[in-house]
Amino acid sequence: MTAPAIEDLLRELTPQVLGALVRRHGQFEGCEDAVQEAVLAATVQWPDGGVPDNPRGWLMTVASRRLIDQMRSDQARRERESATATEVAPEDVPDTDDTLILLFLCCHPTLTAASQTALTLRAVGGLTTAEIARAFLVPEATMAARISRAKQRIKAAGSSFSLPDGAEREERLQVVLHVLYLIFNEGYTASSGSELHRADLAHEAIRLARMVHAQLPEDGEVTGLLALMLLTHARREARTTAAGDLVPLDEQDRAKWDRGLIDEGIELVKASLAVPALGPYQLQAAIAATHADAVTARETNWPQVHALYLILERIAPNPVVTLNRAIALAETEGPVAGLALLSTLDSDERMAGHHRLLSVRAHLLEKTGDAPGAYEHYRRAAKATASIAEQRYLESRASRVRPRATSHEGAGQRT
Amino acid sequence: MKFLISLHINPAVLDALTDEEKAGIGDGHGTFLAALKKSGELISTQALVDPSQAAVVSVRNGQPVVTDGPFLESKEYLGGFYLIDCENKERAIELATQIPDSAIEGLGVEVRQVMFADGQLDT
Repeated sequence: MTAPAIEDLLRELTPQVLGALVRRHGQFEGCEDAVQEAVLAATVQWPDGGVPDNPRGWLMTVASRRLIDQMRSDQARRERESATATEVAPEDVPDTDDTLILLFLCCHPTLTAASQTALTLRAVGGLTTAEIARAFLVPEATMAARISRAKQRIKAAGSSFSLPDGAEREERLQVVLHVLYLIFNEGYTASSGSELHRADLAHEAIRLARMVHAQLPEDGEVTGLLALMLLTHARREARTTAAGDLVPLDEQDRAKWDRGLIDEGIELVKASLAVPALGPYQLQAAIAATHADAVTARETNWPQVHALYLILERIAPNPVVTLNRAIALAETEGPVAGLALLSTLDSDERMAGHHRLLSVRAHLLEKTGDAPGAYEHYRRAAKATASIAEQRYLESRASRVRPRATSHEGAGQRT
Repeated sequence: MKFLISLHINPAVLDALTDEEKAGIGDGHGTFLAALKKSGELISTQALVDPSQAAVVSVRNGQPVVTDGPFLESKEYLGGFYLIDCENKERAIELATQIPDSAIEGLGVEVRQVMFADGQLDT
């Protein structure tokens, strides 16, 4: 088996082994460390020594031994009576799928988003601390401390290893979906740095969303989130030039869009819209599907995009949604209508000086023919963004509408 | 999100502190650093030698010119920094308030988000 295939296998087995171990011994905290050590041992041993016949059983045995060693040394340190834990026989893992319970635990509401994403990637995604640290561009020690702190908090919160019921389950699921969405976004547009695609994280988020979807196929929002990820990921090749410059949606070469992902995404959107209750992910996926349906940017069904944003704005009011609706409105009723809608956001503190508000306004001003206004707003947006790729894009838009040099300045230039 | 918390020092202000106050700053940084490490928010921290030891380098007509620093004609100089990775800007600001320098008139603590990062993170 190749190293990437081993990696895939380990990532798939991690939550299964962890779930089974926690069911047997309790203490999520210690079990999670033990599974991580077993995964690391497998990464070292399997490529050369070969994958064992029963990889799940192997991981379970190694993790159990680590856990028991840990429990014993803890006991010794506390000078208590020795070993109550017994060695477990190398047996296979039961078939219960604990992925959801683990996700609920890792996305515990008392944790910060940064901790939730890190713990989810390790405990459910099966990534090593070093891999997660690399993905988020921090030292491994930083990531290790963050994960360990997160587990202490979960322990302190006294969570049980079971699925929450009713309304709490619904709320907690929202947190899980948000965390998966954040992981995807981190992979899609790095929040800092010059690297626009961190494909691994986007890929991981899709894989985790697929796992949740397999568990909850009837949940419209889970389906919607998976569809949204697939439809967005489908555009990745078209989103940047070879030089790494951003290409806006209307200028993308749609032949580079991944048809397979789009077809799968559209099917999921259709399925999710058949379920009565509509949620934000379903609507965003429906918007992405509308864009994916257009063979050229010109053929985009903007009235439909606008109508979808309008519903989204009603069920989940948010200035960024209004901002996006303004773009759609400008396409259906003209840039002046879009600018009028944007002006309703000026008093919103969350959007004050936000680069997205500045850049959309710049774009719409450009469409009305107000080059100086567009230039000023593109420049301000370029200063406000924390993304180098976006800054480069905004600077290039600014130079396209830069007011012409005065005759004095231009006098020395050759034509 | 990554932020640089830069510490702008004023040698005259530092010189005017009592030994007790100086020790308090040292202890405060130690406590702050330990907490940052434990929470998994520290990327790295560095403190710089006195600005009088700086060399200002320029190249004119292809020839390097080196003069005694510092470059800025100012009372305040960069003394060091904390590079952190935390939840959001609010958290970065909250952390900055825990740095002892922020409680001393004449010393500056500045928070700015990182836009690009590269290089070896594990030392």
